[in-house]
Amino acid sequence: MYRYDEFDSAFVLERVAEFRDQVARRLNGELTEDQFKPLRLMNGVYLQLHAYMLRVAIPYGVLSSRQLRKLAYIARRYDRDYGHFTTRQNIQFNWIKLAEMPDILAELAEVEMHAIQTSGNCIRNVTADHFAGAAADEVIDPRPYAEILRQWSSLHPEFTFLPRKFKIAVTGSPHDRAAIQVHDIGLEAKRDSAGRVRFAVWVGGGQGRTPMIAKKIRDDLPESELLAYCEAILRVYNLEGRRDNKYKARIKILVHEKGLDDLADDVELEFASIRGKSLDLPAAEIAKIEAYFAPPPFDELPASSAIYDVAVRTDPEFAAFARQNLAPHKINGYSIVTISLKPIGAPPGDATSAQMEAIADIAARYSFDEIRVTHEQNLVLPHVRLDDLPVVYAMLASTGLATPNAGLVTDIIACPGLDYCSLANARSIPVAQRISERFADSSRQSDIGELKIKISGCINACGHHHVGHIGILGVDRKGEEFYQITLGGSADENCAIGEIVGPGFSADQIVDAIEQIVATYLELRDSPRERFIDVYRRVGVKPFQESLYVNA
Amino acid sequence: MSTPEAQPMLWRDGRFVEDDWRFADDSTPLPDGGKLAVSKVRFLADRSTLITRSDGIAIALASGEALGEIENDLERLEMIALHFPRYADGRNYSTARILRDRLRFNGEIRARGDVLRDQITFMIRAGFSAFEVSHPGTQVALRDGRIGSIRHHYQPSSIDGGFEASGYVWRRLSNRA
Repeated sequence: MYRYDEFDSAFVLERVAEFRDQVARRLNGELTEDQFKPLRLMNGVYLQLHAYMLRVAIPYGVLSSRQLRKLAYIARRYDRDYGHFTTRQNIQFNWIKLAEMPDILAELAEVEMHAIQTSGNCIRNVTADHFAGAAADEVIDPRPYAEILRQWSSLHPEFTFLPRKFKIAVTGSPHDRAAIQVHDIGLEAKRDSAGRVRFAVWVGGGQGRTPMIAKKIRDDLPESELLAYCEAILRVYNLEGRRDNKYKARIKILVHEKGLDDLADDVELEFASIRGKSLDLPAAEIAKIEAYFAPPPFDELPASSAIYDVAVRTDPEFAAFARQNLAPHKINGYSIVTISLKPIGAPPGDATSAQMEAIADIAARYSFDEIRVTHEQNLVLPHVRLDDLPVVYAMLASTGLATPNAGLVTDIIACPGLDYCSLANARSIPVAQRISERFADSSRQSDIGELKIKISGCINACGHHHVGHIGILGVDRKGEEFYQITLGGSADENCAIGEIVGPGFSADQIVDAIEQIVATYLELRDSPRERFIDVYRRVGVKPFQESLYVNA
Repeated sequence: MSTPEAQPMLWRDGRFVEDDWRFADDSTPLPDGGKLAVSKVRFLADRSTLITRSDGIAIALASGEALGEIENDLERLEMIALHFPRYADGRNYSTARILRDRLRFNGEIRARGDVLRDQITFMIRAGFSAFEVSHPGTQVALRDGRIGSIRHHYQPSSIDGGFEASGYVWRRLSNRA
């Protein structure tokens, strides 16, 4: 993985010192909360309902054991002994004292981490496929490009006061696990017929109150021109994006109102003046960054493992875990392990300090010291030998981390909602917990199969409800929490925005409604192999509406 | 941001200096002599007389105002003033970069309006060379040299002077703290 060089270290330390000065000015009253706000936001510090919240950047979701241990330490020392992993592959600490923020940033700097640009109207933490460098279907490892983009976007002098926040995601697989089509810029790295790296560039995707799927603006961008082209897009957006209404300020609205062709013309005009100059990436420098992401020293192993096979045959619980939480690795004899942070009935995405430390230990010993954070709020051990899976499973199980539900109905994404967030209209976490409890039975979940439920507590859609197979949106109806259901959303390469199924449900009714939708799916499917999303695409919203509102 | 405003002061070349420019509004008659800044509208309306003046002319642009109609006159201009109605309105960072990088404008680029200490480093790197500062805390910080604590930058700058390459094409190191 990437390691800071002297330049990076010096940069982050300068930033810590600068923020320490800003916090001191706030605490001694020189700065009002109003004046302090933009400064703290640029360092990931939010003021929530009950306390200051710190959001720490985990670039493209990649962590070392040492970094994860530091996060565990921060949770224990400065917070309430847990952290919350987010849909932007970051971690949030919800109960931090402002006066201690600079110390925490200094602690983070020790392990090459920071909180820069985890908020504010700037280029946010760049995300990537959480299986990068490991997935069997990967064509190109997206991490080097994500790292180059991370560096280029860090305190970019031109793009720190954009009309609105700006999110970039990168994938290098045809199966999109990074949700690139709901990003401001989505990048798919691929090879042309001559074997050279090219990018398909998508622009103008996003969720929020006006969800839109990105449009492809380039299909063949040479890798050397990645930064120059992104800079051109950002410049056009910075100049032309709407600033009169924050709800219409994302680039998706510019794409929609201006039209892709006109936007592309403007971008090409800027690009013509930027390309071939100082942002042109020399192959040697790309290679230098790529070297940080060289594959770990994998052993040469057979494609199958007797130890693994025996465990699957003899231990049904391990077999259930293996069926659900493993993904194919590109190297024979290895597997990718998803660690679900969605135990039955618990808030999605939370991990205790002890759990983080346990995972760090396991990763150090069994996964070449690497951990990934997924945008689905789970963690990943990217490189585990098949031979080691039974023991890794046992270690995970002993700390409550072996829930075999990756991709299933209880693997729910939920935003913090009204329990924490000052923007929320309704609670998200308790709804997720109750759905999880309703579908707790492991064999029932497994029978239902792949089903992605995503819950947002307000229209800002932090819980990605628009792209949930089942999306749940919390709204405020005359002071009461109500929940609107959308169906058929998808965040992968077949990206779709869910369709509103009908009138909303009260907090009391919502879990029954979800169960009814699942029952309808089970009746409609041709076979257990036909997933919920396949059925929805085949039959549409109507049968679900009919069964949901039959007694209404 | 509601901040008590002080008398604007002009920061240029590392110190506060007397402002040698007058900003004319769009309706009053033009003064006979002296350096004069006008809006783009006024410049286009009175172009033929303005370009004959010997004391220097400048154009003051609103946030995000397009450069198209004045591109061919840039070499006649000594200064372009770019306005920030609010510090969070970042359009003129891009305008400054276009002026420096694409249009090769070598005169003064001045930031006016909501110009605050925590943004001045960004402005310098986007190509601004002078700052009209009304914010008392920023005036003090500039005078005390407490601006620009970050010296490591991940982007090429619009002004080469004072920034050197550092390891990768996109990185720059400023030699002044």
